[in-house]
Amino acid sequence: MVDAEGVPYAHTKSLYEALQLLSAADLSERGAARARSFLEQGITFSSSGQEWVFPLDLIPRLIPEQEWEHIEAGVAQRVRALEAFLADVYGDRRVLADGIVPHSLVVTSSNFTRAAAGIRPASGVRVHLAGIDLVRGSDGVMRVLEDNLRVPSGISYVVENREALTRVFPGLFLEQQVQPVANYVATMLDSLRATAPRGVDDPTVVLMTPGVHNSAYFEHAFLARKMGIELVEGRDLVCRDNVLYMRTTSGQRRVDVVYRRIDDDFLDPLQFRGDSMIGCPGLVNAARAGNVTLANAIGNGVADDKLTYTYVPALIRYYLGEEPLLPNVPTFRLDDPDVRADCLARADQLVFKPVDGSGGHGIVIGPQATDEELTEVIGKVTELPRAYVAQEVVLLSTVPSQDGDTLRPRHVDLRPFATNDGERVRVLPGGLTRVALREGSLVVNSSQGGGSKDTWVLTSRPRPLPMDGPLELLPGTLQADAPDPGPPTEQAQQQQQSRGSRC
Amino acid sequence: MLSRAAEALFWIGRYAERAEDTARLLDVHFHQIIVDPNVDEAGTCRVVATVMGLHDEAPPTMRGVLDLLAYDGANPSSIAGSLSAARENARGVREAVSGEIWECLNATHLELPRRVSAARQFGPAPFFSYVRQRAAMYSGYVASTISRDAGYDFLALGRSLERADMTARLLAAAVGTPGRGDEHWITTLRACSAHEAYLRTYQRALEPRLVLEFLLLDRLFPRSVLHALSVGEEALARLEPAAEWNGRFGQTPEARRLIGRVRTDLEFLSPEAIVDGLPQRLQSIQRGVSDVSESVARRYFGSSAVVGWTTEESEWVTT
Repeated sequence: MVDAEGVPYAHTKSLYEALQLLSAADLSERGAARARSFLEQGITFSSSGQEWVFPLDLIPRLIPEQEWEHIEAGVAQRVRALEAFLADVYGDRRVLADGIVPHSLVVTSSNFTRAAAGIRPASGVRVHLAGIDLVRGSDGVMRVLEDNLRVPSGISYVVENREALTRVFPGLFLEQQVQPVANYVATMLDSLRATAPRGVDDPTVVLMTPGVHNSAYFEHAFLARKMGIELVEGRDLVCRDNVLYMRTTSGQRRVDVVYRRIDDDFLDPLQFRGDSMIGCPGLVNAARAGNVTLANAIGNGVADDKLTYTYVPALIRYYLGEEPLLPNVPTFRLDDPDVRADCLARADQLVFKPVDGSGGHGIVIGPQATDEELTEVIGKVTELPRAYVAQEVVLLSTVPSQDGDTLRPRHVDLRPFATNDGERVRVLPGGLTRVALREGSLVVNSSQGGGSKDTWVLTSRPRPLPMDGPLELLPGTLQADAPDPGPPTEQAQQQQQSRGSRC
Repeated sequence: MLSRAAEALFWIGRYAERAEDTARLLDVHFHQIIVDPNVDEAGTCRVVATVMGLHDEAPPTMRGVLDLLAYDGANPSSIAGSLSAARENARGVREAVSGEIWECLNATHLELPRRVSAARQFGPAPFFSYVRQRAAMYSGYVASTISRDAGYDFLALGRSLERADMTARLLAAAVGTPGRGDEHWITTLRACSAHEAYLRTYQRALEPRLVLEFLLLDRLFPRSVLHALSVGEEALARLEPAAEWNGRFGQTPEARRLIGRVRTDLEFLSPEAIVDGLPQRLQSIQRGVSDVSESVARRYFGSSAVVGWTTEESEWVTT
């Protein structure tokens, strides 16, 4: 928020001045009220049978307009390239034949799904919703940390955080032009509808959840509610003759698009895990028959693979003929013996990540790891080089955050979201800023004590959301009478009555 | 509407109503014990517990009954248990209720432990009053924040059936309370928030037969058994309009037939016969309501049963 001399940057000046006026007590009171309200609204995530409020740091993160336009373009570019890659990998495999990505990488990826081969999704879309994680290093450059093309979560917190902040700091919003986020869920629905199987005019879209015990259940319910669609579990669905139906009080009703928030493995016990009780048998065949759209498509995980990630800049050049707008974090492929030897020699300076992990699981941060952890990861890498990548440690940039009564720098990352309907990629202005609430910590995952921040994309001019055209009002004047005042009040009656008695 | 969601809504309606009515029932009976030294505590407790279906476990003290019927979160017949069950059902179908309804039930649930421990320490009256206020808030949101579609009908149906059942139980408590005088009838009217409405309707001193008439048969008072049954019947009629079941003759859907029979048994009762066989009549109302509930479940919720797949036997298993 401020430069080395303690002077606020131009785009943060207004917020900086407003914060000077807040007392510590004021801030913590607003924070407590906000936390209570989140709890009452049930804006929580579940973890080991308990419901927790995802901590929201009240100090917003500001992104100036120009910088945002760059990020937005970079995210959209990446989504387009990854979409093309997935279509190719599950189709002609041109990218393998041309030697851009090694054939072995794809077939050895644990998230490459043979069941997805031959499924031609409607409108060709496989990535309906993407979450691209970005970090800014000490050099100020925004880099891509990883791609989430399976079931990225967090949009509900973006919307709810904004809702909360507008109530906590109404004045700040009047002073700034902050791009709104609330209607983005409608944009998602718009995209999902646009990818319905051909010939369906008014598609029925549902959101499929593993159920109330899933950690992200709040988000599933939130999105279903905001889209006005049914929130279904596997037991609500039934497939007959490769057509998907849901069980309703007036019989079975056909379903055209499934926005599924269930991992591939649990989606369809006929195709994947036979012991899964939360999926719907026959779903994959219904998708293969072209009768239902699965969003996101099955098998997208191959593009999330951290080894694939190292090829994404090349994929952008290959499919789009463009230079990547957002660079990757420097990453080493450990299947190369020389690179591996070099990385293992300085293991204590690098980050090791499992290629198929998510949610921060299994990551070893060299400088912070114990000797045992380092020995263990070196052993694993030596044994199975394909399973890990190594990255330079990015010292995440910090933004001011609440720490008791004061503001302290805390490390953050950013997850912008993008929807894709096959024609357009539309990016949510801002995204989920996750913050490591513990001092010095680089871990922002909610499962490991991270919190979030409202992310403000500032704009110099009001800009409509991607989907909304301007609403033309008919010319004319707006005039109305004041609301009916009703019968005379008691006071007026008293006056009249007392006057009456005098006469 | 999803069968699973319909079932959850039906039970939200039942549980919310049950919590409210149980609070009323306990409130007035225990108030009676406190204000009137002649009231037999053990006898009253036994009656209250019995009409709530707890014949054996009922402790003979006010405190014991309160633990069981007000504070025990594990018992779905208790106030705390009903409120938590309503909230749990709403959590599973958050997309089908309004945000206001959800937040009302959720906040109530979160506040409960604090209210329960305060009630144990300082007495139950503020607890009952809290429950009734939250129930009124919930009803207000149901009335004003959701569309009158099938979801609303299932909520309304659940609430009506529960209300008919609970009013019958309240009357059973009055009939069964030992050493009864007119006080018990006032207690019962107040348990139904019906005392003032009764006085306005009849404009005369309290007569047990008129109290019965009012709480069983009044067409205009929302907590009378007849009114509750009629509202439930209307909800069922909207869920399955005559046009869909060849409404000209025969083939009436089972739930409507059952609820109609309970209603008409009451509706065409002669005023003189109202006192005859009253305990049996109240019991048969409760049985009737339970039959309707089961029939609704068969007709609308049955298909949401858990379906599993077993690889060994390669066949569908429905549990």
